Amino acid sequence: MTIPLTWYLILSAALFAIGLFGVLARRNAIAILIGVELMLNAVNVNILAFWRYIRPDDPSGQVFAIIVLTVAAAEAAVGLALFISIYRTRRSINVDHLDALKG
Amino acid sequence: MNLSSLNWNSLLPELVIVATSLIVLITAVVGKVSRVDRIARGHALAVVTLIGLLIAAGLTIMQLSQPASDFMGMVQSDALSHYLNLVILLAAALAVLLAWDYLGRFTYSFSEFYSLLLLAVAGMMFLGKSTELITLFVSLEILSISLYILTGFNRHQLASAEASLKYFLLGAFASGFIVYGAALLYGDTGSTWFSDIAANASGGFLTLAGFALLLVGFAFKIAAVPFHMWTPDAYQGAPTPVTAFMSVGTKAAALVALFRVLQSAVSAPYETWAWALAILSLLTMTVGNVAALRQTSIKRLLAYSSIAQAGYMLIGLVAGTVLGLQAMLFYLFAYAFMNIGAFACASLLESDDWSELQDASMANARGLFSRQPLLATALAIFMFSLAGIPPLAGFFGKLYLFDAAIDAGWLWLALVAVINSVISAYYYMRVVVVMFMEAPDESTRVRLPIPDSAILAIVIAVLGALLLGILAGPSFASLGQAVVAWRF
Amino acid sequence: MIFDYAWLILLFPALGLLFNAFFGRRVGHKVAAIVANLAVALSFLMAVALAMGLSALPGDESSVEVLLWPWIHIAGFQVDMALLIDPLSSVMILVVTGIGLLIHIYSATYMKVDDEHQPMDERRYARFFVYMNLFILMMLTLVLANNYVMLYLGWEGVGLASYLLIGFWFYKPSAADAAKKAFLVNRVGDFGMALAIMWMFFLFGKEAGSLSFDAVFAALETASPAVVAALTGVTLLLLLAATGKSAQIPLFVWLPDAMEGPSPVSALIHAATMVTAGVYMLARSHPLLELAPATMTLIAWIGGLTALMAASIAIVQTDLKRILAYSTISQLGYMFLGVGVGAYVASVFHLYTHAFFKALLFLAAGSVMHALHGELNIDLMGGLRKKLPVTYAQFLIGALALAGFPLLSGYWSKDAILLGAFVTSYPLYAIGLFTALLTAFYSLRAVYRAFHGQPRDEHLYDHAHEQPRGMTWPLWALAFGAVFAGLLGLPAIFGKEFGFPVGNLIEGWLKPTFEGLSEPHVAFSTEMALFISSGFVALIGIYLAYARYVKQSGWTLSLQKALSPLQPALENKYWVDEIYFAVIVNPLRALARFFATGAEGVIDGVVNGVGAVTTAAGVGIARLQTGLLSWYALSLFLGVVLLLIYFVFA
Repeated sequence: MTIPLTWYLILSAALFAIGLFGVLARRNAIAILIGVELMLNAVNVNILAFWRYIRPDDPSGQVFAIIVLTVAAAEAAVGLALFISIYRTRRSINVDHLDALKG
Repeated sequence: MNLSSLNWNSLLPELVIVATSLIVLITAVVGKVSRVDRIARGHALAVVTLIGLLIAAGLTIMQLSQPASDFMGMVQSDALSHYLNLVILLAAALAVLLAWDYLGRFTYSFSEFYSLLLLAVAGMMFLGKSTELITLFVSLEILSISLYILTGFNRHQLASAEASLKYFLLGAFASGFIVYGAALLYGDTGSTWFSDIAANASGGFLTLAGFALLLVGFAFKIAAVPFHMWTPDAYQGAPTPVTAFMSVGTKAAALVALFRVLQSAVSAPYETWAWALAILSLLTMTVGNVAALRQTSIKRLLAYSSIAQAGYMLIGLVAGTVLGLQAMLFYLFAYAFMNIGAFACASLLESDDWSELQDASMANARGLFSRQPLLATALAIFMFSLAGIPPLAGFFGKLYLFDAAIDAGWLWLALVAVINSVISAYYYMRVVVVMFMEAPDESTRVRLPIPDSAILAIVIAVLGALLLGILAGPSFASLGQAVVAWRF
Repeated sequence: MIFDYAWLILLFPALGLLFNAFFGRRVGHKVAAIVANLAVALSFLMAVALAMGLSALPGDESSVEVLLWPWIHIAGFQVDMALLIDPLSSVMILVVTGIGLLIHIYSATYMKVDDEHQPMDERRYARFFVYMNLFILMMLTLVLANNYVMLYLGWEGVGLASYLLIGFWFYKPSAADAAKKAFLVNRVGDFGMALAIMWMFFLFGKEAGSLSFDAVFAALETASPAVVAALTGVTLLLLLAATGKSAQIPLFVWLPDAMEGPSPVSALIHAATMVTAGVYMLARSHPLLELAPATMTLIAWIGGLTALMAASIAIVQTDLKRILAYSTISQLGYMFLGVGVGAYVASVFHLYTHAFFKALLFLAAGSVMHALHGELNIDLMGGLRKKLPVTYAQFLIGALALAGFPLLSGYWSKDAILLGAFVTSYPLYAIGLFTALLTAFYSLRAVYRAFHGQPRDEHLYDHAHEQPRGMTWPLWALAFGAVFAGLLGLPAIFGKEFGFPVGNLIEGWLKPTFEGLSEPHVAFSTEMALFISSGFVALIGIYLAYARYVKQSGWTLSLQKALSPLQPALENKYWVDEIYFAVIVNPLRALARFFATGAEGVIDGVVNGVGAVTTAAGVGIARLQTGLLSWYALSLFLGVVLLLIYFVFA
């Protein structure tokens, strides 16, 4: 093992920041969702790096990563279903067009 | 490790809820029925759901006096979680009563609805019990995902879909931060158990950033300012029974879980997190109350009001004392009755036009007293209670919270809260004035049909708001006994 | 000990109201009425038992406190849910539950038809009894409270019940308006009560640690001069509260309109019990009043003037129930007069006799209303005595008791108050005596106009029918009380002089409550003179009414002509309503509209009044809530950054 833990942490922070930027900058709901997924998986990189470097004897880090993956999948499923439902009525999933509720 | 060595008893109420949820879900795929029968089946499912909730509540009450027990240290079943369970189950039962008639107006997917509601209940219950990061995260996601779908359950109505989309995207976004925080804490201590985290935390950047990010998740669920933006929109757009349920259940579970984290996992000094929470509390109640002043929709007004109410409840956490916790739990009960009651009344005032924004506008309440005196009186009672007017439950809740704050040395926060109560009285009273002093116009002269189930829910809520006020002394004392058992 | 079960007296009406609230509309008229009546009957039995338990106590003990549960308990200050059973509260609970029971029984039959004489549906029938039981519960809470906070709870509770019952026919605009008026006017009084309690909290809260009557009154003994001076302010606020609830000048205007409620409600709430709560509260607070002589004088004058004013208005009213309403205001004025001159026992005595004869009059009026299908205008009646002999007899007994016909109950109690006034101030006595003349006149005027002479509306007359049996016997019970209730309060001096075996029972009973205060006493000859003169005045009033309305003597007509310049003032009730409308109601209306329109500019304006900062904040926050998801996400992210910075650098 020659690659230090910090490198992984930086990689994951960078990925997280890219996802974050996606959420803040994009207007298409699917693009935002992709940003969120990127954030979650960046965290996964983080968790696995920590597991490998700090507690390789204890599987809970792996379990955590798998659970985050699962949750991300569930969120994607719900999200996409929601987008389809909105697309059917609005013919658009641009979040800027959805501002009936405000004030 | 084997399964039989686990203390299943401590999870019995949650298991009942999950099992009921599965039973309810299965009926969706069993047999084909006509549309008329589907309504009847919906009622049957509601009854099954209620029975499940009642059994869980019964089991929780039976466990009330039992000593705390744990499940490999991942969950903690103690007085705190028991009382939380009761609040959540109460909120869910009232929501089912509200949904009884309401749901049939826009959907036939009853089993999905009740099943998701029960899953959300299970998520909340687990959240309040969890003493380990993964459990915490999973329960948070279970309740969140169920609520995203419930919020958008009225698919054909754009407001509902929009509310759901906003809630979902922001919720998922917030999840990213929570999970990042959890990862940092894991990296700092090498463990996901609260007790280990408290023991091994380095107190460095990883610990502090980890806690800050975790706090974001809770603040989001509690709808604390500035993480509240989704709340008014989601609450207004969601079907009203769902709004009523999540405005109480989610906040309750998140507050209790946050308390648990603060007390058992945080190694940062009291002043650090207490000040952060105090600022959040200040911002939350002020923004909620000030924004509610201008609302013309009762539902949106109540949404802002529930933001403000969360601000009051945070005071209990800021105090961080037995008195504070006790006051917060008392307020949660009071809040469950008065807030759900208020949403129940609002749901009856909604217009029947399903294509537009589903809303209970203030104009619909005009002259309500001369049309339906009992409904108007009930809504007035909820408004008085939310405003904190004696002798109703809300008054005593605030009294105890402010007393706890002063007792813990947070006099300024108590004063801010009192000023906020005065501001809030203005918009609550506006609803009362409209109902009692205005003459009904032609369009609102008709008698509203009020289903029996909604009457039952409102009556329970009125009784709760009244009795918790009149019996404030004994109920507060009984909470006290339970809370003292909690290790400080 | 019976006192350990004192809470039952509150439990019964609570159970009754819960039962009818949940099942009332399903079980039918009969069961709903039986449950409601049973609840009050059991409460009454309990009240009797408590009074008997009280009388069995050894001589030096005269009151019992029963702790139900600790209510508010924070930072060294404690308010309990506790009952105070003493001579004064025992009289009150007996009146409330006893009269309440009779009126409940009457209502069971009376409320079977609605205001349009259609059969009443189960739902509303049950709802009526829910409200009535709620009223009994709240009234008992009010009179049994051992502290001001709990008293205030009952005070607001009876106000709520009264409001709901005035507006019982809520679809009638007049009823809804009357309810609204009662609500608004009472709010003014209640505000006074709330302020008084807060003030007392600041005066005594620290020292006494509680607002129970005992603690507050005990703290008075060591009170500094500054506190004693402040008591004038406190008692004035209490007086304001009492004028609201008991319909005195300046807050009396709601009571006549409150007659829009069903007749049993008028009898129970707006004559016999709730409106006397102000008198009760003042009598209960007598240790405070004793230290505020200025307030006492004011109470006496308010009472005297209200009595006179209301009696004079009653003379020209043509609506039977409104005559009775003004008469109630006038009689409450007497009670205030009694409190003001320190004749507390006389006041409570009058409260108790008044409950009988006024409830009787209202229920009899209700029977007339039933008989005539809702007609209450005495100008359209006449000659009813032949068609409604029973109602006539009952109404006559009530009217004579009210008129102070010698030896009936009203005679004794009114004289006791006049005696107190005589000792304190001759002008007040003169006002009281003159009011007695007017009282006798208007009571008998109502009798003669309604029941004597020729029918003025043949159609109404022909369709009149006597009251059903379920309504008759409660009335006879009340009539019995109207005749004989006064015997409990025969002047003590009679006992001494004539060697009666019994003295003034009610004074003996109440003595412990008003310990240390001497009821006014005068020489026997003076007292006899007062008795004879007021009896004489009552007879003159009755004769005047007879001469004017039965014999229709010429001189009475010329007397009326001579007095006619007064008529517009009386018929328009001294324009008080109009004045209030201009000075208070219209601004209030404007305020309500202000609150309710919700128009942006208006709200901005109001909020501006609160503070420009709030406005800016409100606008700002609304502008922040743009509805745009990207902005929401950004603000969330900003929150994250702030929290991170705070945690990492703090």
